[in-house]
Amino acid sequence: MRVLFDIALAHLANRKRQSVVSIGGVAMGVGFFIAMAAMMSGFQSYFIAKVIDVSPHVVMKDEFRRAPLQPINRTYPNAAVFLQGLRPLDELRGIREARATIEQIENMGGIAAAPTLRGPIILRYGSKDVSGTMVGIEPARERRVTNIESDMVTGKLEGLLSTANGIVLGAGLASKLGVGMNDTLSAISPAGIVLAMKVVGIFSTGVTTIDNFEAYSLLKKSQILQNRANVVNQLRMRLDDVKLARLTADALEARYGYRTESWEEANSNVLGIFVIQNAIMYSSVGAILVVAGFGIFNILSTVIYEKTRDIAILRSLGFSEGDVRRIFLTQGVIVGLLGTALGWVLGFALTELLASIKFNMEGFVKTEGFVLDRSFRHYWLVAIFALVISGLAAFLPARRAARLRPVDIIRGAA
Amino acid sequence: MFVLRAEGVTKTLNEGGNSVTLVREIDLDIAPGEFVAITGPSGSGKSSLLYLLGLLDAPSAGRIWLDGVDTSPLDSGALAAVRLAKLGFVFQFHFLLPEFTAFENVMIPMRRLGALDGPTMRTRAGDLLAELDLTPEAGKRPGQLSGGQRQRVAIARALANDPRVILADEPTGNLDTTNARNVFEIFARLTGSGDRTVIVVTHDVDLAARAGRRVHVVDGRIAVA
Repeated sequence: MRVLFDIALAHLANRKRQSVVSIGGVAMGVGFFIAMAAMMSGFQSYFIAKVIDVSPHVVMKDEFRRAPLQPINRTYPNAAVFLQGLRPLDELRGIREARATIEQIENMGGIAAAPTLRGPIILRYGSKDVSGTMVGIEPARERRVTNIESDMVTGKLEGLLSTANGIVLGAGLASKLGVGMNDTLSAISPAGIVLAMKVVGIFSTGVTTIDNFEAYSLLKKSQILQNRANVVNQLRMRLDDVKLARLTADALEARYGYRTESWEEANSNVLGIFVIQNAIMYSSVGAILVVAGFGIFNILSTVIYEKTRDIAILRSLGFSEGDVRRIFLTQGVIVGLLGTALGWVLGFALTELLASIKFNMEGFVKTEGFVLDRSFRHYWLVAIFALVISGLAAFLPARRAARLRPVDIIRGAA
Repeated sequence: MFVLRAEGVTKTLNEGGNSVTLVREIDLDIAPGEFVAITGPSGSGKSSLLYLLGLLDAPSAGRIWLDGVDTSPLDSGALAAVRLAKLGFVFQFHFLLPEFTAFENVMIPMRRLGALDGPTMRTRAGDLLAELDLTPEAGKRPGQLSGGQRQRVAIARALANDPRVILADEPTGNLDTTNARNVFEIFARLTGSGDRTVIVVTHDVDLAARAGRRVHVVDGRIAVA
């Protein structure tokens, strides 16, 4: 009702300073939330997009989630005697019948798969030794699975085919070694084999762990280097629909028995950090709004204390308890709405301010400045939260005002 | 025909285990157009009786009929609606809303009731203020008005929804003699038409004598009716 709104507004207008302070409190909370959410969620979705873009969606490894049962245990499953110090059976590692498996997987539809052999190596250039991971790939298949090709800074993936012992390095790895295009370095494997390799390309994905540690060569060369002829120890897969990664990984693991990880599982450490990050952000920004809510509560409590007479007049004029409650609730909501509106402007300004800051950051991913998510969802989310808080903060004083008995007030005043 | 009727109305307050009876078994009939003065010494329960008759307070026992309707079963919201449409209050202290002008104060009960459209409400508010010689004061806030002017604005506001009964609690308690007489003349004029009822609580015997009927309350009981 208009008259209730006018009375609420008159009460607020009569206490300009306090009203402005409480509106400012809400605005501050809303503004910071928007800016921080833009920063956090921007960074997180950037990271996830990068990871999905750069690395395979699903990786099948030549490992098992559980240690294999040893022959003696298999033979005597319920034996009464435990043997300790048992030497496990040496098994040939690698994914068996990798070619056939790839064919089967690709026949499932919606999946592209590529064989790789990953293994540790030491790269030596001049007096520098840098350890890294050698990923043996087949360029034709690899480019269907990762975007390594588009991340090439110099050279081409085909260089691996046209050069005798070609190697493609991550930008970080290359700078640690101090090598450039066409330089020749030595690659040393744990098998003790040393190969002289020529740099035919350098890539930069933006994902630090890849750029600083990975080197690519042909699958065949990698097999020679690791002394594991014809062995493939990882199948890298890209899905048409990345949302199916987890399901696909589970299905493949159930079918083949090999440990199969979706990108979520492979990056679970980082994603776990994100969850904690978000919890910290939401609780700290939420705290600002809760404090703002206490401001509203405090101010309304004072207003009601000072306005007891007015409440008695209104009740004697024929305003109901509900009317009185609504008058004070409206004040809380007005503060909430104005605070939110102001907070949106503040949040927008803060976001633009953050966007204008440029710097080089190397964390999980490499960026130049903050990656910001300007999605309007944050604005709505925080608006709802701010309004709920203001409503709750106004509710208790408003209820108390409604419960005041006009006769008590008039008797006290007379 | 009674506009207001009290039957065995009793009000008992319980405070910290002690029960205090303010009003005892009062029976009272008030006809339309009556100008009733309730008098009595301090603490006699005359104001409490007025609040009960004005439906601001609920009796502990007994019933009050307004316009032939028993108000005892009504809840707080329904009572508020009855007060809004049928009753008008004037208190000892002016009790105007300080944020609003005299004109806006008179408008508030009409706006809450919502029975009239905007232009009609504004015309009526203007007429009421004119009737009480307040036209020059219409745009002023209560803080800028004298005590007598404020009390007249409060009367205009009490009249806003054309109530059946005006209830006034010591309306002249804070006024000088001239203004007090003025207020009583207004009440006498209001009841003159025969339809509107005015009930005034006062301890001023001279003024009470100007009312058409006097109800004397002592110790919560009617002494002389």
